[in-house]
Amino acid sequence: MLINASAFIFILASEILMKEFSILIGGKAGFGIDKAGLIVGRLFNRLGYRIYIYRDYPSIIRGGHTFSIVRAAEKRIYTHKEKIDFLLALNQDTFDFHKHRLKDDSLVIYDSDSVKIEGLPNTIKASAVSITKVLKEENAPEIMRNTFIIGALSKAVGINFEKLGGVLKEVISKEIELNLKVALRGYESVGEYNRKEILQQKLLPLITVNEALSLGLINAGLDAYVAYPMTPSSPILHYLAELAEDFKIKVIHPESEIAVILMALGFAYSGKKAAVGTSGGGFCLMTEGLSFSGMAELPVVIILGQRPGASTGLPTYSAQTELHFALNAGQGEFVRFIVAPGDAEEAYIWSGVALNISWKYQIPSIILTDKNLGEGVSNFDKESFADINEENPVFWDRKLPYKRYLDTPAGVSPLAFVPEKDAVIKINSYEHDENGITTELSEQTILMQDKRLRKEKYLSQELSRFEAVKVYGKADAREALLCWGSNKGVCCEAADELGLKVIQPVVLWPFPVEQFKNALTGVKKLICVESNATGQLMRLITGLGFKVDVKLFKYDGRPFSLDELKNKIREGR
Amino acid sequence: MLDLNTSAKNTWCPGCGNFAILNAIKAVLGELNKEGRPIENVVLVSGIGCHAKIVDYINANSFYSIHGRTLPAASAIKLAKPELKVICFAGDGDVYGEGIEHLIFSAKRNMDVTLVVHNNRVYGLTTGQYTPTSPLGFRGRSTPFGTKELPLNPLELVLASGATFIARGYSHGIELLKNIFKQAITHKGFSVVDVLQVCVTYFDMYEYYNKKVYELKEAPGDNYDSALQKIREWDYNQDKPISLGVFYKKDMPVFGQDLAREKLESPDRKNKIKEILNASI
Repeated sequence: MLINASAFIFILASEILMKEFSILIGGKAGFGIDKAGLIVGRLFNRLGYRIYIYRDYPSIIRGGHTFSIVRAAEKRIYTHKEKIDFLLALNQDTFDFHKHRLKDDSLVIYDSDSVKIEGLPNTIKASAVSITKVLKEENAPEIMRNTFIIGALSKAVGINFEKLGGVLKEVISKEIELNLKVALRGYESVGEYNRKEILQQKLLPLITVNEALSLGLINAGLDAYVAYPMTPSSPILHYLAELAEDFKIKVIHPESEIAVILMALGFAYSGKKAAVGTSGGGFCLMTEGLSFSGMAELPVVIILGQRPGASTGLPTYSAQTELHFALNAGQGEFVRFIVAPGDAEEAYIWSGVALNISWKYQIPSIILTDKNLGEGVSNFDKESFADINEENPVFWDRKLPYKRYLDTPAGVSPLAFVPEKDAVIKINSYEHDENGITTELSEQTILMQDKRLRKEKYLSQELSRFEAVKVYGKADAREALLCWGSNKGVCCEAADELGLKVIQPVVLWPFPVEQFKNALTGVKKLICVESNATGQLMRLITGLGFKVDVKLFKYDGRPFSLDELKNKIREGR
Repeated sequence: MLDLNTSAKNTWCPGCGNFAILNAIKAVLGELNKEGRPIENVVLVSGIGCHAKIVDYINANSFYSIHGRTLPAASAIKLAKPELKVICFAGDGDVYGEGIEHLIFSAKRNMDVTLVVHNNRVYGLTTGQYTPTSPLGFRGRSTPFGTKELPLNPLELVLASGATFIARGYSHGIELLKNIFKQAITHKGFSVVDVLQVCVTYFDMYEYYNKKVYELKEAPGDNYDSALQKIREWDYNQDKPISLGVFYKKDMPVFGQDLAREKLESPDRKNKIKEILNASI
């Protein structure tokens, strides 16, 4: 039995070796590294691999060091690994900064005109290609260094040139003929090194989580998206601006985040479903509007892309720093819904649910993302879940004279929208009566505050129909990883390899206490994994009477790689 | 008969200039209703301050916003429903101070909304501090030894920023105010009416204004330079004649005409999403 089992593991390990690999492409900012990573990802996606792309770039436009790690595997993956199989070095920094990632059988392809390879162990193969020279010969711009090295990689892994050409034609809009020529020169410059087989499985779209989130909002009936540029949420603004004409939605970039949230509330008053997107600094400016949303019962969905702070922090890196800010932002007491999706499918589902919930309960919803989650590129399997549909809010039935803030058992007042011949629709940031007229009376104040707060009870009940806390890994494990948002993927992969359970609260407020208790059944040791310094989820659940046993917090702006997390878990045991 | 009264008890001080604005706007809304611009197509937006109570006193659709934030909400309401007439009421502290960014950008966009500024040149509700239009040396509760800064000329600012209808009114004399309001509301584009609205409690300027104001005789033109010249006659500080009426009126494209569209129906959205996903393989 023992022998059989280890033999089996050996086969499995070698399978994984064959069918899983990582490619790092790096160069100066401005080299088009990001695009190059996407092309490489798409290339292997077409071969039936599942893909995850980690994108790392500094907060500068030109120069500096930029790289992408494209990981390909047979199974779905959600994170990158430290070690790489292919290093595509377009400049010296790429080689110097990443040579420690190389394995014994890795391949380095480098531009011998600009990169010097020194101190490399003999086992590692290095392929020198003369990119600068070839570009000069072809009279091609510097950005085509990418195309060349992708050509070389394709040959090294045995992809036929037609396949590569097909992808390039789809992805590159400018000077495609010259690009193909340069790619072919790259292709011809190296020999085949390690042929990657074509996997026979259904091909899946390869998108960013930001894109999934955007599509989820559109699917659930988004009318308007309003945002001021701020990393890491700007890609959502860009993507929706591109799609605005097609879906006939309104995408507006006004003067500030203050204008952003007030515009969203103006849209809500007019019956248009609006979402906004920002990061911590922009959310600071939105908090007065957020509180207004709570008081005036104007629905809005806020995408809060977290990054390392305080203040400007590390703008282009990633963190989970705003959970408590989201929980507490805005003066006064009001109901809010907070959700933290952990992958593309969850982003699509929960952005739609958030829009529906915001409108059903007339409350603000906050979707927590971060740079690593939002900009990470991975597969998206729309067939793996039941699609979300746009839900109608409660409308005025026209039987009684309209009161915008009618007191009802669930606290939800029926909606009517301007222009409405038979109703005067008044919303108010002051405490108000049922008609929306300002009041300072004690009994009115209590009546309306109770009405608004009552909605949370019904919202909590509704959330019990969703998987608000997700559980993965080994169901009866005594040790569990507790995570939220972007750490879901890396925790799931680590748990699979180490035989642990994973508990991921997707809904963070109203906190799904019952579901969380159930998830903890049989768990003796709870290991909390977060990308911040103080343990924001830990503090939330501790306040609710739960206990964390081991803290694994990382706050250098970089995500956990799989190997790193596994090591930390082992150390923490 | 259109009844624009509400159950709210009016809490402005006796003699407050806000009454003139309230009465004038109610009269204009009534006239417009009669002329086939129904009251349900009107949305009133206010900020925070004494001025803002006006929306409680008019039985029409309203959006009682937060301090300084009338214009972005008003802009979105207009973009959402282009058939609406959206009228903002703001204080001078509100729109020339806290929310000045939105003033500049609404003008820059030539957003098709009307802004009525209750410019009493003092904070009333917070009991008497200087505002962006208080004269130099104004002794308020936050500046007991007098301000050390010159006031803004808000009309010069909005002209430079791109507003296409610029006028000044005065809370004494309702006919002129009605006339200006009606022109402003029916103008297509960003219309600004700065109303010298006297705060009898903290900065009673009635006597002074009565001596200084005069009505512009010539019809408003679309010439920037001559409008600027007239606007600069009084800089809200020096002891100069104060003109009332419309300084500038220009036809220009308004923001957001391309946004007057309804989102796709759910099945069409789902099909398009499918197409996008298929193209992402």
